[in-house]
Amino acid sequence: MTGAVWPAVLGRFDWSSLPFVRAWQDPTVSEIIGAGAAAIVVFAAIGVVALITRYRRWGYLWREWFTSLDHKKIGIMYIVLAFVMLSRALVEAVLMRLQQAAAINTPGFLSPDHFAQLFSTHGSIMIFFMAMPFLTGLINYVMPLQIGSRDVAFPLLNSISLWLTGGAAGLMMVSLVIGRFSTGGWSGYPPYTELAFSPDVGPDYWIWALTLGSIGSTLTGLNFAVTIYKMRCPGMDLMRMPLFVWTSLCASILMIFAMPPLTVATALLALDRYLGFHFFTNDLGGDMMNYANLFWLFGHPEVYILILPAFGVYSEVVSTFSSKGLYGYTSLVWATMAIAVLSFTVWVHHFFTMGQSADINAVFGIATMAIGVPTGVKIYDWVWTMFRGEVRFTVPMLYALAFMMTFVLGGFTGILLAFPPLDYLAHNTLFLVAHFHNMLIPGLLYGMLAGYHYWFPKAFGFRLDEKWGRIAFGCWVVGFYLAFMPLYVLGAAGVARRTQEVFEPAFRPWLYVAGLGALVLLCALASLFVQLWVSIKRRDANRVTAGDPWDGRGLEWSISAPPPEYNFASIPRVSRRDPFYDVKRTGDPYAPPAAYQDIRLPKGSMAGPVIGLAGATTAFGLVWHMWWLAILGLLAVIVAVIARSFARDVEKVIDAAEVERTEAAWLSAVAAATPILREGEMSCANQGLAEIPA
Amino acid sequence: MSASAREKRREIRAYVIGYGLALALTAAAFAAVRWRGFTASATLAIVLGLALVQLIVHFRFFLHVSLSRASRDNLGLVLFSALIIALMVSGTLVILFNLRQRMM
Amino acid sequence: MSAGEVIPTGLDLGGASQSAPERAATGVQGFWVFLMSDAVIFALLFATYGVMLSRTAGGPTPAAVYKIGPAFIETLILLTSSFTFGMASVTLNDAGPRRRLFGWMSVTLLLGAAFLGMELRDFGAMFSAGAYPTRSGYLSAFFALVPLHGLHVLVGAVWMVVMMVQLRVFGRDAQVMLNIRRLALFWHFLDIVWIAIFSVVYLQGLIR
Repeated sequence: MTGAVWPAVLGRFDWSSLPFVRAWQDPTVSEIIGAGAAAIVVFAAIGVVALITRYRRWGYLWREWFTSLDHKKIGIMYIVLAFVMLSRALVEAVLMRLQQAAAINTPGFLSPDHFAQLFSTHGSIMIFFMAMPFLTGLINYVMPLQIGSRDVAFPLLNSISLWLTGGAAGLMMVSLVIGRFSTGGWSGYPPYTELAFSPDVGPDYWIWALTLGSIGSTLTGLNFAVTIYKMRCPGMDLMRMPLFVWTSLCASILMIFAMPPLTVATALLALDRYLGFHFFTNDLGGDMMNYANLFWLFGHPEVYILILPAFGVYSEVVSTFSSKGLYGYTSLVWATMAIAVLSFTVWVHHFFTMGQSADINAVFGIATMAIGVPTGVKIYDWVWTMFRGEVRFTVPMLYALAFMMTFVLGGFTGILLAFPPLDYLAHNTLFLVAHFHNMLIPGLLYGMLAGYHYWFPKAFGFRLDEKWGRIAFGCWVVGFYLAFMPLYVLGAAGVARRTQEVFEPAFRPWLYVAGLGALVLLCALASLFVQLWVSIKRRDANRVTAGDPWDGRGLEWSISAPPPEYNFASIPRVSRRDPFYDVKRTGDPYAPPAAYQDIRLPKGSMAGPVIGLAGATTAFGLVWHMWWLAILGLLAVIVAVIARSFARDVEKVIDAAEVERTEAAWLSAVAAATPILREGEMSCANQGLAEIPA
Repeated sequence: MSASAREKRREIRAYVIGYGLALALTAAAFAAVRWRGFTASATLAIVLGLALVQLIVHFRFFLHVSLSRASRDNLGLVLFSALIIALMVSGTLVILFNLRQRMM
Repeated sequence: MSAGEVIPTGLDLGGASQSAPERAATGVQGFWVFLMSDAVIFALLFATYGVMLSRTAGGPTPAAVYKIGPAFIETLILLTSSFTFGMASVTLNDAGPRRRLFGWMSVTLLLGAAFLGMELRDFGAMFSAGAYPTRSGYLSAFFALVPLHGLHVLVGAVWMVVMMVQLRVFGRDAQVMLNIRRLALFWHFLDIVWIAIFSVVYLQGLIR
């Protein structure tokens, strides 16, 4: 069944756009898996809507979460999104690993087209809808608390960014049910993704999902950078900020300057596809090499956007769980800034083989090797922080240790690849795939998981289950090594990336090990969900209401767990680094203020969800050539923005009496809590109050 | 004259001076092209040089970005952005022209 | 420091993290940052234009297609509109009737509309001379860069209308003042981009 159904309204939709119809017409295993995935999305969506309706929580969700401008709630929603998308993208990875293990001189169970969609969605989702939301969520939650602020500089913009990202993620999920995704990888190189070679909806889904996400991220970077510059509490000079705030600042600056090149690259590709322009076409003067240039002008700083917040988490975690101040704070700050600036000078190393002269390659190769140096400085600083500290092997600390060892291995392979002649051999092989996963999984993902475990008790008021945390950790580490070490060997032996079938039987054992590794990683993800379930069931035993379960150092630990909506009853004043740690040892950390004040906070707004939904609708209309829908969506965005600018009743007041009641409740919990030494921090005796050793 | 009136006079003067300078620089650039007095590459250099000066005039007189303490933050932001833009644009031109030359 | 210390700043913070002037400064600074990200987008379109300049695919070349007269007039119009908005900004803090403010903003709006009208006529002339964006890589690059600037001017004009309505409705309240300041930044920024356009696109094209 092909042929448009109702072109004036439904654009280029036809019945074979539905995976169910395709599977019916051509019942191969590949198509059935596709239809199965679509069915899961449909049933999950129906299921979620049904559950919320059954328990009558729409009003609550809308009022308390979707329209909230509270950075803490927005942060949590980002992380929820990240976990959902992580689940999908990890399953896609498992399918690909199993396919490669199965398809040695035989077609396997996934068609080449399906396999190509899988590696495209896997990469796009992991970067834009798992990693970026995860780090944005962590920074959103923690950074304002660490700088002693009540919220970010632009709370409404924060909500809009969240919903643009959510809308884009929704578009990715819709692409599973209606239509197909791009087969051009997460990088979408033309001319393959031009109309001449990919006239279908796939590349359009990719273009618009990334465009929505990149606009959201640019606005987020702007928001965070201005917040850190302008809203630090009195006494918090730049050189007194926690390292997590420094890395958030540098990552935000990178977001501001690195997302625009992506917007340009995808916009120019869209102009080619929609209006017949010739930026990257084969004919009439297109220059497709400019695409690679533009994409990687974005792509390289992007990977530093991903890693810098993780480095910030490690700084916090290593310091806290070594019971010691960070070694070499100043060098860590300079290293972070050096990484941020140098990240704009190395992008050519992603296309050493594209044909430019050896001299150009050499310049960028040298710059690439240079950028490894500040990271090395950081590793040494963390190691020296642990040295002669009292190291506690909690789950976040375990992730930090695994990171230090595994990430450095991957860093070595990066130095190898930085050398253009060597890169000519390894470019686009599984060696490269192993390298960047070696950076992203132990670097970014372990960092995010460490941050999740570390700050979860602050956000929700109870600790996560430690046993299941360790099981998950073990699976993440073992799974990573099993899945990716063989890929280094295979890549060095010449196996190209993105291949659906392999033709050398000698590779079989390596591919089997890699496939097993993927299954272990799936167990790691499952363990995390089990951990969450168990932790929620046991939450009363693990409550840490007093707010300081780890004898923490920063201001975020000086308030209750979970914190009140206004964060701080009165804005703190600091005089040194690690201010809370300091006051616990020299002053009275829980002294109430002399007087309470009324606190003004932003009211919730529906502008965020409306703009996100309208943006996603516009994108969907553009993908399917439903021009009326695209225009309506765009108009809705414009009207929403203009209408919101007329709003004047945008603040609510929490009066001083209510603040006093909230604070008093918390302070009496603190008074009633038994302080614990570090030996007891994993037990139920930990109520969030640290005993200071004499 | 009160302080605020003086302030206002100064502001108006800034815009008038900026406008005048910008007009002159614009006219000079168009004139250089309209009445070819120089070689092609010299004319291009003159045009781009005048553009750079006019950029600075706009920043100084219309956007009030100067070396003063008050605008220090904005100046830093603009200079950092200029650095990143210079890296991206010059890198793009060098690389793509090198690629084109090697393909000829 | 105790966790609950009240700041003895003497300023009435009203329980907010920042005072009103601090919030205004933050609001303006955020817009500066946005303009810098916009500047990167334009810069890369300029770089792309530079790369594609020779890729005329046997079609119209810059020298054949650009006219110095209209480019000059459009430049004067936009530059003058920047000056008139500057005058509007000067009257922003005036007490009393807002006639001058409305007057300067209206003149700016008219000049912006004139600019857009001339530019659209230019594009029309180019189209009928066979210079349309799907003809070659060079023309694609032209028609991405220059109309994007025009689109920004259109957005600025719409924004100007909205601000004039809000001045009527709300008077000079804090939010309206902040948004007019941001619009001023935007408008001057667009003139700065135009300097680059008339130099790198029009004048460079007419030299060769």
